[in-house]
Order: sequence, then C-alpha cells, then structure tokens
Amino acid sequence: MSAPPPTLQVENLRTHFFTKAGVIKAVDDVSFTVDRGQVLGLVGESGSGKTVTGFSILGLVDPPGRITDGRILFKGEDLATLPPARLRSLRGARIAMIFQDPMMTLNPVLRIDTQMIEAVRAHESVDWATARERARDTLGMVGIPSPDERLKAYPHQFSGGMRQRVAIAIALINKPDLIIADEPTTALDVTIQGQILFEMQKLLRQTGTALIWITHDLTVVAGLADRICVMYAGRIVESGPIDGVLDQPAHPYTQGLIGSVPSRNKRGAPLQQIPGMTPSLLKLPRGCAFRTRCPRADATCHAEPEITTPLPDRAVRCYFPTLPDREAA
Amino acid sequence: MLVVLIRRLMQSVVVLLIMSVIVFVGVYAIGNPIDILINPEADIAEREAAVARLGLDRSLWEQYFRFLSGALQGDLGHSFVHNEPALTIILQRLPATLELAAGAMFLAILIGIPAGLIAGLKPHSRLGKGIMAGSILGFSLPTFWVGLMLIMVFAVYLGWLPASGRGDTVDVFGVPVSFLTPDGISHLFLPALNLALFKMSLVIRLTRAGTREVLLQDYVKFARAKGLSESRVIGVHVLKNILIPVVTILGLELGSVIAFAVVTETVFAWPGIGKLLIDSIALLDRPIVVAYLMLTVFMFILINLVVDILYSLLDPRVRLGEAKA
Repeated sequence: MSAPPPTLQVENLRTHFFTKAGVIKAVDDVSFTVDRGQVLGLVGESGSGKTVTGFSILGLVDPPGRITDGRILFKGEDLATLPPARLRSLRGARIAMIFQDPMMTLNPVLRIDTQMIEAVRAHESVDWATARERARDTLGMVGIPSPDERLKAYPHQFSGGMRQRVAIAIALINKPDLIIADEPTTALDVTIQGQILFEMQKLLRQTGTALIWITHDLTVVAGLADRICVMYAGRIVESGPIDGVLDQPAHPYTQGLIGSVPSRNKRGAPLQQIPGMTPSLLKLPRGCAFRTRCPRADATCHAEPEITTPLPDRAVRCYFPTLPDREAA
Repeated sequence: MLVVLIRRLMQSVVVLLIMSVIVFVGVYAIGNPIDILINPEADIAEREAAVARLGLDRSLWEQYFRFLSGALQGDLGHSFVHNEPALTIILQRLPATLELAAGAMFLAILIGIPAGLIAGLKPHSRLGKGIMAGSILGFSLPTFWVGLMLIMVFAVYLGWLPASGRGDTVDVFGVPVSFLTPDGISHLFLPALNLALFKMSLVIRLTRAGTREVLLQDYVKFARAKGLSESRVIGVHVLKNILIPVVTILGLELGSVIAFAVVTETVFAWPGIGKLLIDSIALLDRPIVVAYLMLTVFMFILINLVVDILYSLLDPRVRLGEAKA
C-alpha cells in the first residue's frame, strides 16, 4: 500500500488487427513492468510485435487494429480505457515516443521551432517566447550546436543523426515520465548511435524518466537496459534482469538471438543461426509459435506453454527451458 | 532567384514567338474573311479596295511580319469588324472573364478542399463515398449541359437567380465589377458555379488522394504522439503538405479556366472574352482571334511563373535558385 505504483505496468495486453485475410495477433498476452528511472529493453525480430506494443501504450494503433484485452496501467491509471481527450493530454506530455526513422518523423514543411513549440503549447498554456526558450534549451541539451539558429531551420537542412536528436528533444521537451524509443538508433552510424545512447543515459539519470527501448540489437540493449523482455510472434518468451538473461538465457529463442551476434570470443567458429524464418502472424503454428524452428521441440509443444519462473525475477514461456545452474553461475 | 527569373522570361519569349507563328498560320487557314465582311453586291473595285485596306492582298509572311512588328510596339492589329484595336476590345471584355474565373476558382477551393479532406479522412463513410460520387459527376457531365440545367432549375423553374448578363456593376479603379453589388453577385453565382464544377471535382480528388497518402506518413503519427489536437494535426501537419500539389495544379488550371470560360460565357451570355472569341470566330475577325490566343498564351506563361514562386514559398525544399552545396 505504501509503495507508489510503477511508472508503467502492462498486464495481459492483446492488440489484434482484424484484416480481411484474418485476425493478426500482433501483440498477444504481453505483460511487463517499468519502474521510475528504469530502462526496459524490448527485443525481438521484425514483426514480433515490439512496435505495436509501443503504439498500444500511446493509444495510436491504426485501424483495423485495436486493443482487445488487457490493462496498461500508467501510474495506476488504465490507458486502455481512458477517454481519447485524457489520453491525448498524456501523450507527448507524460509519455513520449521516439520513432525509428529520423528522416520521416519530422514534418518536412514546418520549421523545427514550429514543431517543438507546438509540442509545448499543446500541453501547457505558456506564451510563444517561453516555449521557444524551452525548445532552444532542450536542443542544446541533446547536443545540437548553436540551437538558436537551428530552430529556424527546416528538417531537410539536418543530417539523419541531427534529426533524431531533434526528435529526442521533442520527446524530452515536456519532461515525460516515460519515453518509448522505437529503434531510434537503427538508422544511424555507429558513432552517432554511440553519442545518442550516451546522451540518453545522461538525460535519464538527470530526470528519472523511465525508458522502454525497442530494438533488435542485443548489443545496444546490453549496455543500456536494466531489464529485458524478448518477444517472439507477439508474445514475450523470456524476461528478466539484463545480465541474467544475456549470460544464461533460458529460452531457446533467446539463445539463438545471442548466438547470432558475432563476437570476438567466437572468432573463426561458424556463426550460429536460428533455422527457418519468422512465421507469418496469419499462420502461426499451433501451441508454441517457435516450435517449428526450435531444436528442443517435441509433441508437448503443440500445446501453448505457460509462463514459468525457473528463478526468482526470471520468467520464461517454454516447456524445456535451460535452467541455469546456480552453482556454475 | 533573379537568374532563374531572367532565364524563365527568356524561355517565355521564345514560347510566345513560336506560338505566334502557329496561331497566325492556323487562323489564316480557317477561311477568307472577305466573303463575310463585304457586301456580296459590292463590285470588284470596292472589293479590292477593302482587301487592300485590311492588308489581305499581301502574302502570308508579309502579313505575319507586319503583325509581329506591330506586336512588338504593343499593337496586336485592328479588328476587321469593330474597326478598333483588337487589344482594346479584348481588354474591355477581360475584367468580366477574370471575375468569372476568380469566382469559379474561389468556389472550387472553398468547397473542394474541405470536401476532399472529409473524403480522405473518412473514405468509407457514406459522406466520403457521396463526395467521391459527386466528383465523378462533376468530371463527366458536359459543362454546357450542366449550365443549361442550372438555368432551368434556378432561373426558370425556381426563379431564384437570373440567367444571363452581369447585373449591376461598380467601378473599382475604373474597372466594372459585379461581385460588390447584391444584384451582381446573384448574376455571378450560377456561371461561376457552372465553371467551378470541373475544377471542384479535380480539387476534391487531389485533396483526397493527398490526405490519404499524408495520413500514413510517420510525421503525422509523430504529431499525434506529441499530443497535438486533431484539428492541429489535420489543419497544419496534413493540410500544409497536401496544399503543395493542389496549388500547383490549381495554378495551371487557372489559365485553362480563363481560356475555356468560352462555353460558360456563351451559355450564360456573360460578356467576357470567351463570348467575344466565339463571336469573332463566327465573323472570321482574324486580329481578335490572334490577339486573344496570344493573350491566353501570355497568361499561361505568367501563371506558371507565379505558381513556381508560390510553390517555393510552400515547400522549403524547393527554394528557387538556392543551390545547396
């Protein structure tokens, strides 16, 4: 009773798309929690439902998709049932999102100052000059040189990395409690990626903002996240503290993902791959969605596995998890 | 910017020159005005005097170069029928046509853009589908027939609006205009609506297509993720992007509205240059036809230039002549 509710608590979220070809269960029974100041890595291949999870939290799922079940508790308030006006007042103010492609997120025909100031003024009744000052300070904070001049520029006058910084500045400008970052560094050079990761970490430490970092890149998550959720075909197959999951993955899919990352320790050895392809969400195998690609699958896996907790604070959705040997760990 | 402008102007001169040859030769080919202009009972001497007076006894090329040297001094020839400079006659009638065209464009934009937005935002709603069906009608029904129907319904059957003429006019800077008097507006409304119908359908379709495309863009979703109100997302983020193609097309169409007001002016007896052209063709009044066509070409060139400049104001990525290193 005494502890404040976590920043975000997603419970049994289901977001389905009702298309002519059938129902696509893009997000199917997903649960996780993010505390204040915490970084959650949401990892998975393309089409595993990471992005739709992010959009579901913001209430921005496009038709024919909709949230069919579950609760999204933001500081105790269920976003899934909020009236649209209230949800809009939270969006951009308390919960912000950064998109994957920086070349596409800024409106090409509006100046940067317009796009930043409108974000402030949508939520607070401050005058234009104050909002502009805030925009300038935030641009400076994310490492854009001479922000005063750059405010007057149009998006096409920025490079990709700079545009992503502007997008991050827009996300930060109202000092939100939660930021959902959807592969924000995927489209950038490694050096720029490093800079942006560094800035993000610094800013989070300063503000106590919680962060959901959606990515397919395990190496990025390894350096950034506190906890990790691995998604496969719309479900979370494994979750836990970052070190535990990366050092001793229990689910065969997580092991496959980690094995696919080239590493110096494995030099010369052929890179492990996960056989097969991500199944179409329209034709998922019955039971465990991963069983057709799984080395351990047998007849048991034709029934849907439940989530088990082999270790405290670790959850896995598999009949045959690799149970970490506690002594060896 | 200046360099671009100068280059454009030079191109325009070449276009005008080529057009003048085509127009002149074309008009020369359609018939001999002498047969219409001169009393059939006139004798040979009278006939030859008239031919010489109109300059029709010279060869085509001689006539052309006389016209060209006159045109360079601002003289586009004398009307055979009215015995006045062709340019003067056209300029007298031009304000009526410009007013009609402006009224039509105004209606097309005023109705077309909101209707297109609705159709684009709610493509599956009954209203959206109705708007699209209406735009197909606007495209496919012939203008003269719609004009006649408008007269039938609103002027003859209901008696709400007058069927012809300009009504009361007021002079603004010495130019008579209709839209400032109630009577003038009632006269202007039907022909403007008639002329607007085709453009309106075009605007609806352009706006709808643009809206549907822009709505899928990441920046619209990002605008929503910023928590902006729906009216700001649509009114600023979406609208400013779709205005780019709409302005381009409308600018080009403005020329054609003026040039092809011919049908509407004839149906509604609107005393503009379109009606003048039809009358002049019937009388084979060559100088007027040539002057009209030259003026139309000139107008198209001018409008294109204005559109280019407007375009660069709307879309910061197309600032004219701003070569980026």
